[in-house]
Amino acid sequence: MKSITALLSALPGSVAQGLIWGVLAIGVYITYKVLDFADLTVDGSLGTGGAVAVMLITNGCPIPLALVVAFIAGCAAGFITGILNTMLGIPAILSGILTQLALYSINLDIMGKANAAVSVDKYDLLVSLRYIPQSIITGTIFIVAIALALYWFFGTEQGFTLRATGCNPNMARAQGINTKKSTVIGLVLGNGLVGLAGGLLAQYQGYSDVNMGRGAIVIGLAAIIIGEVLGELILGKRLNFIGRLLFTAVGAIIYFVVIQVVLWLGLSSQNTKLFSAITVAVFLAVPYLKAQSKTSFKRAAKRGVAEDAGA
Amino acid sequence: MLVLNDIRKTFNIGTINEKKALNGVTITLDDGDFVTIIGGNGAGKSTTLNAIAGVWPVDSGVIEINGKNITGLPEHKRAKFLGRVFQDPMTGTAATMEIQENLALAARRGESRGLRWGITKKEKDEYRELLKMLDLGLEDRMTSKVGLLSGGQRQALTLLMATLKKPELLLLDEHTAALDPKTAAKVLELSDKIIEENKLTAMMVTHNMHDAIRHGNRLIMMNKGRIIYDVKGEEKKNLTVDYLLQKFEEASGTAINNDRMLLSK
Ligand SMILES: Nc1ncnc2c1ncn2[C@@H]1O[C@H](COP(=O)(O)OP(=O)(O)O)[C@@H](O)[C@H]1O
Ligand SMILES: [Mg+2]
Repeated sequence: MKSITALLSALPGSVAQGLIWGVLAIGVYITYKVLDFADLTVDGSLGTGGAVAVMLITNGCPIPLALVVAFIAGCAAGFITGILNTMLGIPAILSGILTQLALYSINLDIMGKANAAVSVDKYDLLVSLRYIPQSIITGTIFIVAIALALYWFFGTEQGFTLRATGCNPNMARAQGINTKKSTVIGLVLGNGLVGLAGGLLAQYQGYSDVNMGRGAIVIGLAAIIIGEVLGELILGKRLNFIGRLLFTAVGAIIYFVVIQVVLWLGLSSQNTKLFSAITVAVFLAVPYLKAQSKTSFKRAAKRGVAEDAGA
Repeated sequence: MLVLNDIRKTFNIGTINEKKALNGVTITLDDGDFVTIIGGNGAGKSTTLNAIAGVWPVDSGVIEINGKNITGLPEHKRAKFLGRVFQDPMTGTAATMEIQENLALAARRGESRGLRWGITKKEKDEYRELLKMLDLGLEDRMTSKVGLLSGGQRQALTLLMATLKKPELLLLDEHTAALDPKTAAKVLELSDKIIEENKLTAMMVTHNMHDAIRHGNRLIMMNKGRIIYDVKGEEKKNLTVDYLLQKFEEASGTAINNDRMLLSK
């Protein structure tokens, strides 16, 4: 175990990283929570956003424009998944996996190789691990702006159609909502944010890599779950939609802080994905096991025995 | 008003589960008709309403509403003409959305939805007045999630949603069957009131023969995917449950197989 100061000095970096991944997590929130669509496109569209942004920046494109294009590239990825699912009848998970796999090749094509560097010394990057305080400020601005924009969007008629589609597609259709269209819009929007996150992440780490999105969905889910638990703990019933989005970003920050802590405690860095997968599996299982513990066969058997004994 | 011409529908064609659910259903409804539909389990009552609503395309036949041929329209486009309430109280509302948001969704049925606010201040005031009419105290809980409501409250809300924007045809599929008798009676009474006040054309599936006789101006009995009996006017008013049972045996050659229906005799 290294000294506590080593840990403390690493934490601001975790916060900056968490804010950038928070953008991704909010994108995943749209598909997973609002639309109820387990979208695995994310693992590919993060890399697409990164690849697009790096190639554009290194070819002289202004950074804001590069991020807009990264967003649009993510949207396009989500659109493909949406079409596979709604128009071609491919199950949600498989649609995402197909797009994700295709994007692996596309991301290689965009970069021409497995990774591409973008140096903060040469370009005026928005975020960088070399300038962590500035990155934290920029990351926070992004999160707040995105949360406000989505708060507005999900309050509009169009936003209502997405929420209704995710909650009860039969009801949505009975109310005249084209649920296929809503599903595609949700996937486009969600993956657009993931693409944007990829563009930010590539700047932050100074390169884009064809493997940068591997397991991204799990980190997104972890952030959502941590944020939800925390939000409900702190705000309870007052936790509204914008609160949930902001807590998702907080969840991402906590995720990276926790990773930092377990690394400090001695987990080897190659095992962080194993740790994340187990953590998310446990959190996803808890609600099920809680419900089970009330109505399990084993309990029924025990009650039966107790009643027999009583009789 | 509504014309169904020789509607046929077979499920799971070519498998061992193949089921001819509709074998040529033909009906013409007049404006303002309130039709009750009875029949044994699996007679095709729900399938008929689903065919009208466009849950899936029919195999053959024509469906027209007010002269418009809607046979080729997908479900969400037909919604413009239809108000629907389902047997399962969970089906008709979005549980994770607020009561007022559900109403706002219903108020825009059949309209294009853009980037205007999903619900306006003016609407909220209107909804409060409408909810008062239900007399369930929902007007004070407009921002509650619908998932918190009881089955009866949800059905009353669904009914309000189905008729908020006047439908050309209201489809009620055993919408009181999942409720306790007292709540069921209340929701049924409300349905009657709304249909009458708005002069709606409606089809109501029920397993309760008394209700089928007492409500509406016309009664249809179905068996094995066909309409086997269709009465209206004075003749319908004078029906008795025993006569209906006898009619069923005559037309179908078997005793009725719907236990719930017999129990409600
Ligand atoms: N979506 C479906 N897929 C397969 N079979 C169906 C479907 N809907 C209805 N059926 C079958 O069609 C027949 C008629 O069903 P239904 O119209 O629901 O009867 P009911 O008169 O009791 O409402 C039944 O045998 C039912 O199992
Ligand atoms: Mg039925």
